[in-house]
Amino acid sequence: MANQKSYTISVYTENNVGLLNRVSSIFLKRHINIESLTTSQSEIENVNRFVIVATMDDSQARKIVGQLEKQIEVIKAYAHTDEETIYQESALFKVASDSLFDERQIQNIIKDSHANIVTVSREFFVIEKTGRRHETEKLYQDLKPYRLLQFVRSGRISVTKEPMNISEMLTAF
Amino acid sequence: MKAQTQTANLTIEKKTQHISGAEAVIRCLLAEGVDLIYGYPGGAIMPIYDELYKYQDQLRHVLTRHEQGATHSAQGFARVTGKVGVAMATSGPGATNLVTGIADAQIDSTPMVCITGQVGKHLLGSDAFQETDIVGISTPVTKWNYQITEASEIPEVLAKAFYIARSGRPGPVLIDITKNAQFDTFDFEYEKCTSIRSYKAVPDIDKGQLLEAAKLINAAKKPMIVFGQGVILGEAEEEFKAFIEKTGIPSAWTILGLSALDSKHPLNVGMVGMHGNYGPNKLTNECDVLIAVGMRFDDRVTGNLATYAKQAKVIHFEIDPAEVDKNVKTDVAVLGNAKETLAKILPLVNENSHKEWLQEYRSHDTIEFEKVIKDELYPTKEGITMGEVMKEINSKTGGKAVIVSDVGQHQMMACRYAEFTQTKSNITSGGLGTMGFALPAAIGAKMGAPDREVIAIIGDGGYQMTIQELGTILQTKAAVKIVVLNNEFLGMVRQWQQLFFDKRYASTEMVNPDFITIAKGYHINAKRVTKREELASAVEEMLSTEGSYFLEVCVEKENNVFPMIPTGASVSDVRLS
Ligand SMILES: Cc1ncc(C[n+]2csc(CCOP(=O)(O)OP(=O)(O)O)c2C)c(N)n1
Repeated sequence: MANQKSYTISVYTENNVGLLNRVSSIFLKRHINIESLTTSQSEIENVNRFVIVATMDDSQARKIVGQLEKQIEVIKAYAHTDEETIYQESALFKVASDSLFDERQIQNIIKDSHANIVTVSREFFVIEKTGRRHETEKLYQDLKPYRLLQFVRSGRISVTKEPMNISEMLTAF
Repeated sequence: MKAQTQTANLTIEKKTQHISGAEAVIRCLLAEGVDLIYGYPGGAIMPIYDELYKYQDQLRHVLTRHEQGATHSAQGFARVTGKVGVAMATSGPGATNLVTGIADAQIDSTPMVCITGQVGKHLLGSDAFQETDIVGISTPVTKWNYQITEASEIPEVLAKAFYIARSGRPGPVLIDITKNAQFDTFDFEYEKCTSIRSYKAVPDIDKGQLLEAAKLINAAKKPMIVFGQGVILGEAEEEFKAFIEKTGIPSAWTILGLSALDSKHPLNVGMVGMHGNYGPNKLTNECDVLIAVGMRFDDRVTGNLATYAKQAKVIHFEIDPAEVDKNVKTDVAVLGNAKETLAKILPLVNENSHKEWLQEYRSHDTIEFEKVIKDELYPTKEGITMGEVMKEINSKTGGKAVIVSDVGQHQMMACRYAEFTQTKSNITSGGLGTMGFALPAAIGAKMGAPDREVIAIIGDGGYQMTIQELGTILQTKAAVKIVVLNNEFLGMVRQWQQLFFDKRYASTEMVNPDFITIAKGYHINAKRVTKREELASAVEEMLSTEGSYFLEVCVEKENNVFPMIPTGASVSDVRLS
């Protein structure tokens, strides 16, 4: 479909059981696939922030925000395009330790990727890479031939270039 | 213990008292002004029922015959009174049986609080007997829901529940209470909820929007209003009337807006939508300014959106910001409660009459009368029509009755032909189209408006979906008048099969029981009418009977409802046959 793009939906909420279900059901009802979802504490005490990435068109994004804001425990929701945000993902790679010693190539891969080594043991080592999707993806492709035991990537975390003014909103209340 | 002995003359003092969670639930209901609830008991809610027993002189509990009936009765009560309806059920199947009514209340913005019992906190997640995740199940169909696991949460959560259900755009709230929280005791104190920081019930009014809207309205040559339930929910009937009378704008209604404006008002131009009137449907695509008031552009109202009112500037008076631009792109949104926004725009609009434009609606009415209405209201063929039953009811009630309709052909006929002189008088399941709604909703409506005539208009199909509620009528003596328009078909589906599926009547023919015998089994006066000559006197008898009454009218089997906008067609392609 035309005009489809990746949107980062940020949702500031009260910190309550069941809210994740309510938030995700709004996407489900409209048959929109959630590509990534992260929830954490926000800059305000006792206020949570969801960061959801989904592909949709502009009008869908506006309606999703409207439906989200309508939920009682949602304080504010926003939709931003990639250009309007600064975003990162984090990935962990668990690789068998023998490859580190047997394959010289792998040391170069790690060095070139600017990844961090988190831990090294006799059996395996774990490296961490934070960056844009294409960066963690590239490292994944590069490491794949060398006995990649486990791979995991976090959802997107993002902050907006524009101010959010949630604190002001809550003080105004 | 002290609290129990003083229940008889309990008033709500702000003094702290040590009571059980179950008793606290009752005290919260009383504090919210609730004196009537609908429900069905079971294991997980027994502590609350035990308290209901003690408080029965202050809080009446109506035992419906199915939990779905409890929700629809609560809805009927809410729709006729404007107050919050309350339904109660046990965990598991009791709770899941509420879901249809909750979904109905959600889509039709009906204020309702449902209270369900739940297994004890220590059993949650263990697949205990009658454990069901009703909070998970009801999330998409509630305005808010919450599971209480500690007695001390009860006052604050119930206060929030009532505030949320009734404020802003109303809706259903479900509160699930674990059994331990019902048994445990705590220091009870109640404070009403008046605000929630993450919830703005009514958006602020923007003066700029009002001015822009007024400018468009004042410049319009062919303005048209479509009003919905927002006028009723906002109790804005007077403001609405003042607004249309000053501006002289022809006003059409959605089925949920019906009864907000007197049926005979000169500016009332009828119903929009799939089976609405010819004029307002056609002229939607000819007006230059379309003013939507408290309605949400449902697809049954708009038909094909790509060809809906494209020529018009659209103004949307709306309380729910999420409705703006959801289906139809608006030029000016006027956010706020219709009561306030309409009052505020009144001084900004010019007096006008739009006589010629109004006349266009009347010319369309003449065409519709000739092609559709004449045969429906003054039939010359032998079979009784649904329309003539409604005409008979109109003439005998003078448009003063509350009409509760179910879902199907009879619903469309009831909404098309029933006449109203009072608001909050048309109760029907609009957005969800829930068959089985009318009988229990009529019971609730009668209890909410005991001095008014409440007449349920139901099809032979929908009647059998909640027919067990005759038991509730028997037990409570609710003086509901029940009219079943029996065409021995699931008529509306049969109509579609006839028009769009080459008359392949797959599973729409009904072999029905003897409805008269059934009504008599519940000691309800009953009569069957098969001939036109008997109709007037039967309606007369029904209305002059003091208690409940069941009237079965055997109508023509294969009549259709027209006009009709076929699904996906444009409002201007409304068919007369
Ligand atoms: C619970 C439910 N199931 C199915 C439908 C689909 N449906 C809509 S109208 C209709 C036929 C209703 O038949 P009846 O109650 O006899 O009324 P009539 O149309 O004949 O007046 C059906 C099956 C529905 N609206 N609700």
